[in-house]
Amino acid sequence: MHRLNPFVSAVALATLVFLYLPMLAIAILSFNRTRYGLQWNGFTTDWYTRLFQNTEILEAARNTLVLAVVSTVVATVLGTLLAIALERYPWGQRSRGWLDNLLYLPVVTPDIILAVALVVAFGALRAVSSTFEPGLLTMILGHVTFQIAFVALTVRSRLQSLGRDLDEAARDLYADYGYFVRRVLLPLLTPGIVAGAMLAFTLSLDDFVISFFTAGPTSQTLPLLIYASVRRGVTPEIHALSTLIFLATVLLVLASERLTRR
Amino acid sequence: MQATPQKPVSSLGKFVVWFGELTTPSRLYRRGLWFLLPAVVWILALLVIPGLALVALSFAERGQYGNVLWHWNLENYSRLLGYGIFGWSPDTIFILLRSIWVAFVTTLICVVLAYPLAFFIATRPARTRYLWLALVIIPFWTNLVIRTYAWQMLLSPEFPFAKVAHALGIIPADGALYPSAFAVYIGMITAFLPFVVMPLFSSVERLDWSLVEAAQDLYSNRVRTFFQGIWPQTLPGLTVGIILTFIPAMGMFVIPDLLGGAKYLLVGNLIQQQFYSSRDYPYGAAVSLGLMILTLFGLAIYRRRGQGVELV
Repeated sequence: MHRLNPFVSAVALATLVFLYLPMLAIAILSFNRTRYGLQWNGFTTDWYTRLFQNTEILEAARNTLVLAVVSTVVATVLGTLLAIALERYPWGQRSRGWLDNLLYLPVVTPDIILAVALVVAFGALRAVSSTFEPGLLTMILGHVTFQIAFVALTVRSRLQSLGRDLDEAARDLYADYGYFVRRVLLPLLTPGIVAGAMLAFTLSLDDFVISFFTAGPTSQTLPLLIYASVRRGVTPEIHALSTLIFLATVLLVLASERLTRR
Repeated sequence: MQATPQKPVSSLGKFVVWFGELTTPSRLYRRGLWFLLPAVVWILALLVIPGLALVALSFAERGQYGNVLWHWNLENYSRLLGYGIFGWSPDTIFILLRSIWVAFVTTLICVVLAYPLAFFIATRPARTRYLWLALVIIPFWTNLVIRTYAWQMLLSPEFPFAKVAHALGIIPADGALYPSAFAVYIGMITAFLPFVVMPLFSSVERLDWSLVEAAQDLYSNRVRTFFQGIWPQTLPGLTVGIILTFIPAMGMFVIPDLLGGAKYLLVGNLIQQQFYSSRDYPYGAAVSLGLMILTLFGLAIYRRRGQGVELV
C-alpha cells in the first residue's frame, strides 16, 4: 500500500468532519430541552415522541412515501423499456443520436429549469382538465420526468455488459419473445433494474425544487415542510425529524452499497 | 462496451435474423417502438415541448394580473441585459455573472479539497475502503434542505464560528455569519464536494503507481510528481466531477435562498421570484433560457475535453 503524506490524511479527515458537522449539530440539538433558541438546557427525547403525534408531519411523511413509491414504479417500468429499446433494436445512426440526446436531456437540465417547464406544462394542461391542479399527481408526473433517464442509464449499462449471446442462444432454442423476456432477459436484468429503482427512489425522496414548484396545498412533503419551517422558525421537532431522515439515508446508502457491490 | 450491430444481419428474402430471432424488419421496428414510445412521449410532453413553450414565452409580455399577453417583443431580453424603465442598471448582469463566479469558486475549492480525500480513501485497505467511500456518499444523499438549514444554525451567533468571527472583528457582537456570500460558499462546498470526490476516487483507484515511483526514482520533487505523474491520470474523473459541480451550482436555488438571502441573489433565485412571487412568467422564461444557454455552453466544453467519459 502507498503511504500518504500525513498532511494529506489530516486534510482529508478534516474535510470529512466538515461534511458531517451540520448533521452532528442537528442530531445534538434534537435532544435539547430548549423550545426556542439554541442554548443547551438538558437532555430529552420528548421531541421524538411529539413527532409521532404531529399530524402535519405524519401527513407529509405519508405524501413523501406515496410520491416516491408511485413515481419510482412508473419510472422504473418506463426507464427499463426505454433501455431495452435503445440497446436491443436496430435504430439508425441518426435516430440513435437523437434518442441519446433525449435521454441525457433530463440529466443535464438544471432542476429549476425542469421545474419551470413543468409549471408551464401543467398551466396549459389545466386549461384542458382540472386533474392537473397542483397536487400529488402533478408532483408524480414531474418526478417521473427526471427519474426515467436515471433508470434507463443504469439499466442500459447492465444490458451492455450482459452482451447478446444469451439472447441469441435463447431464441435459437425456440424461446418465443414472451418466454424469453420472462425467463431470460428480466432475471438477468434484475440487478440493474433494482439499482436504477433505488437511485430513482432516493432522487425522489431528496427532491426539493421540482416538488416546490409543482406541489399543491394538500400535498406537502417532508423537504417542503422542513423548508417552510425554516422560514417560519425551526422547532426542535424539525431537528428530530431531520435526524430520523438522516438515519434513514444512512440505512439506504448502506443497503444499496451491499446490493450493488455483490 | 460491445458494439451493437446497426442493421439486422443475414437477409432471407423479406425475412431477417436478428440475434437468433427470425422476423421481418417491420415487425422488429414495430415491437421496438412499443418499448421506446412510452418514455419518449413522456419526456417530449413534459420536458421538450414545455421547454420550447418557454422559448416562445420569453418573447411575450406580462399582463397586469400576472397573465401572459402574446405581444411579441424582446423586452425580456433587454431587461436581462439590465435595461429597465429607469434606464440601465447592472443588477441582473451582476446576478448572472455572480452565478458563474460562485459556481467557479465552488468548483475550484471542491477540487482542491477532493484530491486529499480521494487519495485518502483509495489508499485505505480494501476491506474498509468502501466504508470510507460510503462516508462521503451519505452526506451526498442527505436532503439538501436539511444540510442547508443546519449551516444556518451553525453560523448563527450562539455557535463558535460566529464567536470566532466576532473575536477577529469581522462581525459585530451577536451578529450571525449568514446571510452572506461566505455562508453561500460554505453551503455550496459541502453540497458539491461529494460530486467531485466520487468520480475522482474512481480515477485514483485505478492509478498506475509505477509512474509515481518512476518519477520519485528520477528525483522529481513532489509538485512535479503530482502535476506530471498523477494529475494527468486523474483527468477523466476530474472532468466528470467538475461538470457535475459547475453546472448544477450555477442553477442552485435552495442554498442561496437560505444562506444568501437578498444580499447574495443567484440566477436560480431570480427565476424562482418570477414564477412565484412576481408572477412574471415571460421574464422568468427569458432568465431560464439564459441559464440553459450557460449550461449548454458548459456541456460543450465538457464534450470537447472529456470524450469517452460517461456522466452517470
